[in-house]
Amino acid sequence: MRLDSRVPSGPIEKKWDNCRFEMKLVNPANKRKFTVIVVGTGLAGGSAAATLAELGYNVLCFCHHDSPRRAHSIAAQGGINAAKNYQNDGDSIYRLFYDTVKGGDFRAREANVYRLAQISVNIIDQCAAQGVPFAREYGGTLANRSFGGAQVSRTFYARGQTGQQLLLGAYQALERQVDAGRVRMMPRHEMLDLIVVNGQARGIVTRDMVSGAIAAHVADAVVLATGGYGNVFYLSTNAKNSNCTAIWRAYKHGAAFGNPCFTQIHPTCIPVSGEYQSKLTLMSESLRNDGRIWVPAAKGDKRKPAAIPEAERDYYLERRYPSFGNLVPRDVASRAAKAVCDEGRGVGETGLGVYLDFSDAIRRLGRQVIAERYGNLFEMYERITGESPYEVPMRIFPAIHYTMGGLWVDYRLMSTIPGLFVIGEANFSDHGANRLGASALMQGLADGYFILPYTVGDYLANTKLEKISADHAEARGRVEQVTGFGRRLLSIRGRRTVDSIHRELGKLMWEHCGMERRQAGLEHAIGRIAELREEFWKNVNVVGPGEGINQSLEKAGRLADFLELGELMCRDALERRESCGGHFRAEWQTAEGEALRDDENFAHVAAWLYQGEGRAPARLTEPLSFEYVHPAQRSYK
Amino acid sequence: MRIILNVWRQAGPREPGRLIRYECDKVNEDMSFLEMLDVLNEELIERNEEPIAFEHDCREGICGSCGFLIGGVAHGPMPGTTVCQLHMRHFRDGEELTLEPWRATAFPVLKDLIVDRSALDRIIQAGGYISINAGSAPDANAVPVPKADADRAMDAAQCIGCGACVAACPNASASLFTGAKISHLGLLPQGQPERAARAIRMVNAMNDEAFGSCTNIGECEAVCPKRISIEVIARMHRDYLRAAWSQRPSKQEAGGAG
Repeated sequence: MRLDSRVPSGPIEKKWDNCRFEMKLVNPANKRKFTVIVVGTGLAGGSAAATLAELGYNVLCFCHHDSPRRAHSIAAQGGINAAKNYQNDGDSIYRLFYDTVKGGDFRAREANVYRLAQISVNIIDQCAAQGVPFAREYGGTLANRSFGGAQVSRTFYARGQTGQQLLLGAYQALERQVDAGRVRMMPRHEMLDLIVVNGQARGIVTRDMVSGAIAAHVADAVVLATGGYGNVFYLSTNAKNSNCTAIWRAYKHGAAFGNPCFTQIHPTCIPVSGEYQSKLTLMSESLRNDGRIWVPAAKGDKRKPAAIPEAERDYYLERRYPSFGNLVPRDVASRAAKAVCDEGRGVGETGLGVYLDFSDAIRRLGRQVIAERYGNLFEMYERITGESPYEVPMRIFPAIHYTMGGLWVDYRLMSTIPGLFVIGEANFSDHGANRLGASALMQGLADGYFILPYTVGDYLANTKLEKISADHAEARGRVEQVTGFGRRLLSIRGRRTVDSIHRELGKLMWEHCGMERRQAGLEHAIGRIAELREEFWKNVNVVGPGEGINQSLEKAGRLADFLELGELMCRDALERRESCGGHFRAEWQTAEGEALRDDENFAHVAAWLYQGEGRAPARLTEPLSFEYVHPAQRSYK
Repeated sequence: MRIILNVWRQAGPREPGRLIRYECDKVNEDMSFLEMLDVLNEELIERNEEPIAFEHDCREGICGSCGFLIGGVAHGPMPGTTVCQLHMRHFRDGEELTLEPWRATAFPVLKDLIVDRSALDRIIQAGGYISINAGSAPDANAVPVPKADADRAMDAAQCIGCGACVAACPNASASLFTGAKISHLGLLPQGQPERAARAIRMVNAMNDEAFGSCTNIGECEAVCPKRISIEVIARMHRDYLRAAWSQRPSKQEAGGAG
C-alpha cells in the first residue's frame, strides 16, 4: 500500500481553492438521501455534525457523555489563533503558516498547514456571529493577546475559558440541527467497532451506556472526531474518559496510524501529590511571563523555599537560555525540568517538581497587578494544593497534554479506509512534532466547519455505495464480536482492578516513552507492555453486569486498547532515530543537549498499518517536502 | 484522615435506592473528593462489590459532568466550586457525610449518583442558539459589541450545565440555567433578531419539562459553581414578558428558527 496524500497542485496559496473547485458537489435534493455518522462532539465533531446537517445531510451523531456539551475541548483555557492582523502588527496568513510549520519542527505537511492558516480567519467570523463572547476592547472590537512565543498578537480569547465558549457555540449549532430534525443525537453511546463493507466504512457498533445494549448503525460515511490518546499515560491533563478506543478499533480495520509517538508535554502543571492522583491540572503557560523557575542548587536541599538564599538557588532556564529565559518553548522547558529533578534537585514531597516563583514580580509590580493578571489561576492552584502562590512559590511539573499523532489522513481528511474521515486531535494533524499554543482549537474548528463538509460531499458524489441495513452480515458479525469482547472482560474475575493496571502502564509509558526516550528503555517497555497485557487478560477484575451502567466495564475496554496502543507508540519512537519537537531521543542531541533532527532520513510521516494479531505492524512513510519554509535548527540560547 | 460516607445506592432507574454506610480510612487531605471515591471504589472492587457510580470527566470544574449533594448541599460546602475541585482538607477528621444524587423529578436517577439531565439539552434545542449557518458570517469586527455587554454576556455564558441550580431549588426550577442562556444571547447584538422568539420558546420548553417555577428563593445562585447571578432570571422574565406582549408567534413560526 502506498500513502497518497492527494495534495492538490499549484502554488500553496491556491491549493485549497483548486481543490474546492475540483471536488464534485452533491445536488441539494440528493443530500438528504445520504446519512453521515459523526462520532464525538468536541470542537471538531460538534462543528462537523452541525455543518453537515446545515448542508442537508442526515447526521447520526454519537458521544459517550450525557450531553454533547461535555466534550474535553471545553477545558481548553488560553485561546484560538487567527491571522486576522487586527492589531496591525504585521501578522498574515503566511506568517501563521510559517510559525506553525517551524513550531512543529518540520514534521507537518505544508499544504495542510497553509490551509489551516487561511481558514483561521473564517473561524473567528463564524464564532463571533454565533454569539461567542470573545474579549473586547472598549470600542467594541475584538481583543487579542500574544501567546506561546509568537511575535504577533493573534490569539482571540474568552477569559480563561476559550475552549468552553467555542464548544458551546458548536454545541448550540448542533442542538439547532437536532431541533430541525436533521441530526439524530445519541448521547451516552460509546463506539466499540467500525463496520467496513466492500472496503468502505459504512457504520459503527456502539454500546448504549445506560442499557448496555450493543447495536449497529449504518451510514454512507463515518467521521471520527474522538480526540487524543494522552490517557495512555494514565496521568495526563486529559479528561478521565478520553480514550483511544474509536481510533484504535479503526486502526485494526486498516486505518493507518500516523506518528503515534508524537506527544506533547506541557511544562506548567500541578505536580502529582500521591498514589491516588487521578489526573493532572494544567496551569496556563502565561504564568511564565512573570514567574521565575528555579530549584535549589544543592542536591537534596529540603529547606523551605524562603529559607534558601538567593545564591543557593539555580534559575536554570535563565542560566541555560539567557536570551529566552523562562519563556523557552514547551518541549525545551519540560525537558529542563526533568533534567534537574533527575539530578535529585526537584522540590516538594515527591521530588518531582520545580518552583515557579512570583516574589520578584510581586515586589516589582505589586500584589494588585499580579492578582489582576493571574488571580483566577492562583485561586485554582490554592484550591488544589492548599498553598497561596502570593506567599510561597508554586510547584510545577510537566505533564502529558496533547497527542499530535493520530489516524493518518490525506489532504481531504480521509483515512486509508475509504469513507472513514478523521478530524481534530484524533487525526495525525497539522502540528507536526510539536503543537503551538492556541492552535488545537483552530484545527478542530477548521476541520469541522470548513474542510470536512466539502470533502465528504466529494466522496459521496464520487462513490458507488451498495444499499445496506444494520442487518447486513458484516454488521451482525461485528455486533457479535463486540458482545463477545464485553463478555470476555466480565468473565475474567481476576484480582487486579482496571485502574491499578492502567497506572502501571502509565508509569511505563512516562518512564520510557515520555519526555526522553532511549533505545534500551523503549525495547524494555515493549516487552513489559506485552506482559502487562497478558496480566490484564488473565487477572483483571471487572465487577458488575453487562447490562445497565457499568463504569468498570467501560474503563476495562478502553484500557485493553491503551495496552495495545502503548506498544505501537514505543515502536514508533524506537524507529524514529532522531529527535524532533516533543519526540526526544537521548541518542540524538546536540552538544548542548538540544533536539537533533535528521532531515535526510526522517523528514517523513510514519504511518503504521495493522497486520493482524501477533504480527508486527507495517511502517509506511509519507515523505515531507518543504518548498516554502526551509528546515533549520531551532535555537533559544 | 477518616471520613464516613452514607452513599445513595440505586441499581437502576426503576429499582429502589437506599443509603449505605462506608468508612474511608485512607483519606489524605490533598485528595479531591472524587479521588476519595476512587480509592473507596478500588476497595469495593477488591471485595467484589460494585463500585459507586458517579459522573465526572474533566475534573477541572468546567465540563459540568460531576455533581451530587454532600450533606444536602449541591457540590458541597465550598462556594463557587464543583465537587471535582473540592479537596478533603476542608473536612474534619472523622466527619460523617451523606451523598445523594440531584433530587428533581426532571432528573430521574439512572444509577447511584448519576441522573439523567437531558431535559437541559431539550431547553437549548428550543432556541438556545443564534441561527447562523457556517460560511455566512460577516467579518468579526463588522459588528462592534460594547465591552460591558460582552463582559456581562460572558458572566452568563459561563454556565457549565451541571444542574446544581435545579437540585438546590426547593421548586426544582431550571430558571437559572435557562435565564443564563437567554441572557448570554440576549445581551449581544448578534442575538437580537431571535431574542423575543427565543425567550418564548425556551421558557415554554422549560415549562414542558418537569421543572418547577421560580419563586425567587435564591438557592440556585448560592450553589452555582460559576457564581451566576439570579439577575439572569430577571432578564429572562423581562424578555419573556415583553415578547409575550409584543408578539405571539404561531407555533410553526417559533419553531422555524432552524
